[in-house]
Amino acid sequence: MIQITVNGSVKQYDGDPAMPVLWYLRDLLELTGAKFGCGMGLCGACTVHVEGKAMRSCVTNMSDVAGKRITTIEGLSPKGDHPLQKAWRAVNVPQCGYCQAGQIMQAASLLAEKPRPTDKDIDQAMQGNICRCGTYQRIRQAVKMAAGVKA
Amino acid sequence: MKGQSMKSQSMKGQSMTSESITVVNRRGFLGGVFSAGALILGSRILPVNAAAAPTTDSTWQPSVYLGLEPDGRVIVIAHRSEMGTGIRTALPMIVAEELDADWARVKIEQAIGDKKYGSQDTDGSESIRDFYDPMREAGASARMMLESAAASKWSVPVAECRAKNHEVVHAKTGRKLGFGELVSLASKQPVPKKEQLKFKSPAEYRYVGKNVPIADLDDILAGQAVFGMDARMPGMVYASIEHPPVFGGKLKTYDDAEARKVRGVSKTLTIPPFKPPYAFQALGGVAVIADNTWAAMQGRRKLKIDWDLGPNASLDSVAYKKTLQDTARKPCKVSRNDGDVDAAFKNAGKVHEAEYYVPHLAHASMEPPVAVAEFKNGKVEAWAPTQNPQAVQDTVAKALGIKPEDVTCHVTLLGGGFGRKSKPDYVAEAAILSKQLGKPVKVVWSREDDIRFDFYHAVAAMYMKAATDEKGRPVAWLQRSVFPPIESQDNVNAKYGSFELDMGWNDVPFDIPNFRAECGPADTHIRIGWMRSVANIPHAFAVQSFTDELAAASGRDRVEYLLDVLGKPRKIDLRAPADRKGPDPYMLDTARLRRVIEIAAEQSGWAKKKPGNGRALGIAVHRSFLTYVAAVVEVEVDNKGQIRIPRVDLALDTGKVIHPDRVRAQLEGASVFGTSVALMGEITAANGRVQQSNFNTYPVARLNEAPVETHVHIVPSSAPPAGVGEPGVPVMSPAICNAIFAATGKRIRELPIKKQLA
Repeated sequence: MIQITVNGSVKQYDGDPAMPVLWYLRDLLELTGAKFGCGMGLCGACTVHVEGKAMRSCVTNMSDVAGKRITTIEGLSPKGDHPLQKAWRAVNVPQCGYCQAGQIMQAASLLAEKPRPTDKDIDQAMQGNICRCGTYQRIRQAVKMAAGVKA
Repeated sequence: MKGQSMKSQSMKGQSMTSESITVVNRRGFLGGVFSAGALILGSRILPVNAAAAPTTDSTWQPSVYLGLEPDGRVIVIAHRSEMGTGIRTALPMIVAEELDADWARVKIEQAIGDKKYGSQDTDGSESIRDFYDPMREAGASARMMLESAAASKWSVPVAECRAKNHEVVHAKTGRKLGFGELVSLASKQPVPKKEQLKFKSPAEYRYVGKNVPIADLDDILAGQAVFGMDARMPGMVYASIEHPPVFGGKLKTYDDAEARKVRGVSKTLTIPPFKPPYAFQALGGVAVIADNTWAAMQGRRKLKIDWDLGPNASLDSVAYKKTLQDTARKPCKVSRNDGDVDAAFKNAGKVHEAEYYVPHLAHASMEPPVAVAEFKNGKVEAWAPTQNPQAVQDTVAKALGIKPEDVTCHVTLLGGGFGRKSKPDYVAEAAILSKQLGKPVKVVWSREDDIRFDFYHAVAAMYMKAATDEKGRPVAWLQRSVFPPIESQDNVNAKYGSFELDMGWNDVPFDIPNFRAECGPADTHIRIGWMRSVANIPHAFAVQSFTDELAAASGRDRVEYLLDVLGKPRKIDLRAPADRKGPDPYMLDTARLRRVIEIAAEQSGWAKKKPGNGRALGIAVHRSFLTYVAAVVEVEVDNKGQIRIPRVDLALDTGKVIHPDRVRAQLEGASVFGTSVALMGEITAANGRVQQSNFNTYPVARLNEAPVETHVHIVPSSAPPAGVGEPGVPVMSPAICNAIFAATGKRIRELPIKKQLA
């Protein structure tokens, strides 16, 4: 039996410990904000926080998160007013929107670590998150806006 | 299907006119969405010259529906698919504008697939240009009926009543009635005829030409938006399908003993192979059924399958490329012939030749193909991220031997589409499996499935030849393009491109007296499809690179040279002579091409920035989907051959703009998409198998590789609206490669660039 906390509520899991967290969240808990994009940790669409840090849930097994706190996009801010969500809204970042939960979770992890990131920090932190629609320049702009650094 | 729609693209824009707008019985079409008291308008649009522009769609073309509820809500039916363009917001904006509705009280409902909406095939950058007028007409009709209702209630002349922000106001007395209060009376008013409709003047616009947040923004940011990947039906099971590794392969035998031991796996099922031509059919294969996605994928890994690889098992991209290139070096089928190219070459001073090549490409939308379907009592209900819900109905019906009207297709948001999701093979798979199982099935493709079993953008080999005069200006031009045609999806004998030749090939707008375009034959060994801007990608790459080569050989400034080759401003009628009935509002206008070149050059600082230190600008211009786009790209190439793109300037003239911010977003996105095409995209096959499988082997541009800044310059225009989703892409590869030449002296003639500069 694995016990974890998802967005503040305690969950028990007794399935295959090798199941990636992504599919537990999506198929078992019906929390579908984190997305399936590649299954290999290559695209970042599945990004969630484990103990506040961005992790690729498609390559993180349930056994790896036993006893830990997981936050998904659904739990980032109950009212959807995290500074990044506000900035994303102000800049109209999303196009199709599919990768955006992963982008925001990745950016939130970056800002938690570096509240005033440089362009280089943003490049490094965000290059693992693919957006096929190509919203990158607005992502960069929104991250800076949320951090209060000059665009 | 696609070909005809493409061919007739300039026809379609002008050929539609309202036949009638009628008050429709609510039960007639949209049970459940509207309440009993709602006013519902259906505007029916019939192409007047359908005979001149035949399509395989039914005679009745787009319909637009809108309803007003007694509680004041305005409901607009979004019948086109949202894959990131903002169309689910932009089309309702047009209705709300003419209705003078309060946007906060407009509710957008996604349509199911149904012929009564007209074409729902969301591709070809067509949604705005085909539905701008029908949307305006629907909004204006409802507004005029509300005004009539208020006038009769107040017993005043209708001319004294104006709809304003969800109310009708009587100017003289200041009396007001809300739309909701007027619904019942308005529905009894006569429906205005098309010629009676009064439209708002652009100066009165509140929404059109201004920016409104996209309808799904808050849901997306909160992780609540429902994509195909997020759809579920009660009691559904999950399926992961092993397709034949080679296109056209068939299952011989398989052993699922180990697969069925995986926890969560319940059973395996087979899907029969497609019958040529491949069309949108399921590929066939072995499906593993489980109670969650991951278990299905794990079970699939344990399958032991013996395949009959079929006729394409020897496909090899190296040999295939050579065949295409050899074909392009010899005379091919002439598709356009002006003057006498051969005579001009004989008498020419200087002759230039070059060959260009663009490989197969995969769409790689972030959401892989996925669908949920349930077969029950002879009918199918499906939820899918599809660009074409009516094709879902047709394809599923054919696969299951039922009628299209017995297939209900709900359209979710699409996690990207780019043309791939016009083809519902993955929905057919879910329906086929559900019929076998007797319960709803969700089919989830892995990224590997998506990359290895795509409908690929066609590889193309192009041969270019020109003779130039003493100023370096071309006097004769010959171009050959050889590629496997999209028509192969419907015709096993198709060898030559058809509508692809109208995409940047036969329509090259240069002022050259002797011009010949040719197309060569190619066999098809994998599924071919259309990808964002389609054949414009290779054609713009070859034409705009070759023009840059000629400019460089002449020693002239490349912008000045490009303007010279375009010649004096003039309009070119691209319609076949038989179709030239009446004026064409979308006639190719070289003045508009010149203008976007001049704007892109000006805004990028073309005249001031001189090449140096591995840094330079490149330019390209191209018209596609009736939109004129010029790109100036700035590149930096370091001493290791690494490319950085600090800035892109894209100027476009797309006629009337509904939602400027989404137009900018599409062009910003095209800048990145085009960068992926230029720098890294390549699908190859060996032993019949596609060699790429995920983002490690089929990379797409990441944040640190994409252009740092893309500046979009929209030319103000009152011309009819044109396409936006695609036309930003074709200019990117030639502009990047032209900049690389200016920076390094190295001419790139084959995509992707990858390590060619190392």
